[in-house]
Amino acid sequence: MIAALQKIGAISVFFGRILAGIVPALARPRLIVHQVYNAGARSLIIIMLSGLFVGMVLGLQGFDLLQRIGSEEVLGIGIALALLKELGPVMTALLFAGRAGTALASEIGLMRATDQLTAMEMMAVDPVHRIVVPRFLGGVIAVPLLVAIFNVIGLYGAQLIAVQQMGIDAGSFWGQTQSAVELDDVTEGVIKSFVFGVACSLIAVYEGFHSAPTAAGVGLATTRTVVTSSVLILLLNYLLTAFYL
Amino acid sequence: MVDDALLTVRDVHYAVGARPIFAGLSLSAQRGKTTAIMGPSGTGKTTLLRLLTGQIHPESGEISVFGADPTKLQRKPLYQLRQRMGMLFQNGALLTDLNVFENVAFPLREHSKLSEGEITERVLGKLQAVGLREAALLMPAELSGGMARRVALARAIATEPELLIYDEPFVGLDPISMGVILRLIKEINSRGGVTSLIVSHDVEELAKIADYTYLLSGGKVVAEGTPAQMSRSTDATVRQFIDGLADGPVPFHYTETGK
Repeated sequence: MIAALQKIGAISVFFGRILAGIVPALARPRLIVHQVYNAGARSLIIIMLSGLFVGMVLGLQGFDLLQRIGSEEVLGIGIALALLKELGPVMTALLFAGRAGTALASEIGLMRATDQLTAMEMMAVDPVHRIVVPRFLGGVIAVPLLVAIFNVIGLYGAQLIAVQQMGIDAGSFWGQTQSAVELDDVTEGVIKSFVFGVACSLIAVYEGFHSAPTAAGVGLATTRTVVTSSVLILLLNYLLTAFYL
Repeated sequence: MVDDALLTVRDVHYAVGARPIFAGLSLSAQRGKTTAIMGPSGTGKTTLLRLLTGQIHPESGEISVFGADPTKLQRKPLYQLRQRMGMLFQNGALLTDLNVFENVAFPLREHSKLSEGEITERVLGKLQAVGLREAALLMPAELSGGMARRVALARAIATEPELLIYDEPFVGLDPISMGVILRLIKEINSRGGVTSLIVSHDVEELAKIADYTYLLSGGKVVAEGTPAQMSRSTDATVRQFIDGLADGPVPFHYTETGK
């Protein structure tokens, strides 16, 4: 219990150091853009594939459910809300933690293990500014963008099932969705994805930066990144949902 | 010897848990000279470098580098102090996401006011000095161990620091690379004005370049002198170390308390 509190404290202090480094880091946009590419663009395929399949499953299950009560025409609304408010941000963040978070943690952990971070310190360069902050910002920018892509592909996948396969009228599928989804629903999803982006990226850079400088230490940091991020995402998701409803 | 110490360590105590690493360590490095610190593995040679550069703090004792105590400085003045030092790491510690040229240019880009043209000229000059000008566009992963050490050396001297610190510069090199590194360190030292501190256990190599040597064992200096004095020494610990004997005052068995 005390250890857990200590860790939360340590992460908070580290978060403070990152926040203090954001403004200086903005002077070097190239480093950040490179990290958005690293974390974001390289996660695209897994995000798009997952989005497609999640959307298609929602289409199948939703159609089966709604058919029993004879209201298939609201399928679009259900799927759109599920994706925008819950599945888009949560699934994307979980996939991001597994794909990009682990890569970040092991990259920084290896830099620690091979003395690169110490070398920077010795060259009077703060590794938090040069290494950690750009990677953190890259993740924070990438996650909301990936969520948007996940949602679009997910809706397309649902439409494939509902309209193309099950024969729901395309006009009513899109029309109902358009009229029922409010701006607030979109905002909720955007805020969630932003919060998850911060959480995933923070955990990944923290674990990497503080990993033991050994092969086992880097491995442990990677594992911890996935476990902590996943639990944290689900916990934060509950808290945010409870707050919004 | 005239005392013109750029760096002094006085009565430093440092322990990791219950195991003392240093118990009353004192030594100094004279300006413009090459000082070698020898000792068996595990005597805290690398720990000493971390103390000198303000990465860790001693329990007691005084450290002075350029007249300041690195362990008592805030981040900013500490970084200013470090800008006057160059350090060669045991494994090179090149930044793996930058190519050779960018690695050597890194400290210049961070701290100097040099123009892009001047940086290019300086970096290629330093790479030329270590014989790797043609390797400028390679990534660190494409280098052999010896090449990586030479690039790291070029990076350490890129800012033309007043104090150069070498952490085990000869470890794990083939004889040819070792000869190259040795010659480079000699050349750098002979230019004058540079103070060098070499931490190593390669007795023969150190004898060729050091002006003064310290032998550490059991957390303190057990012998000191010029390489010639050391090789004539009759002290049992010195002989054990220089002649490479398994038995002697330096214990064979590891003990938790270092006793």
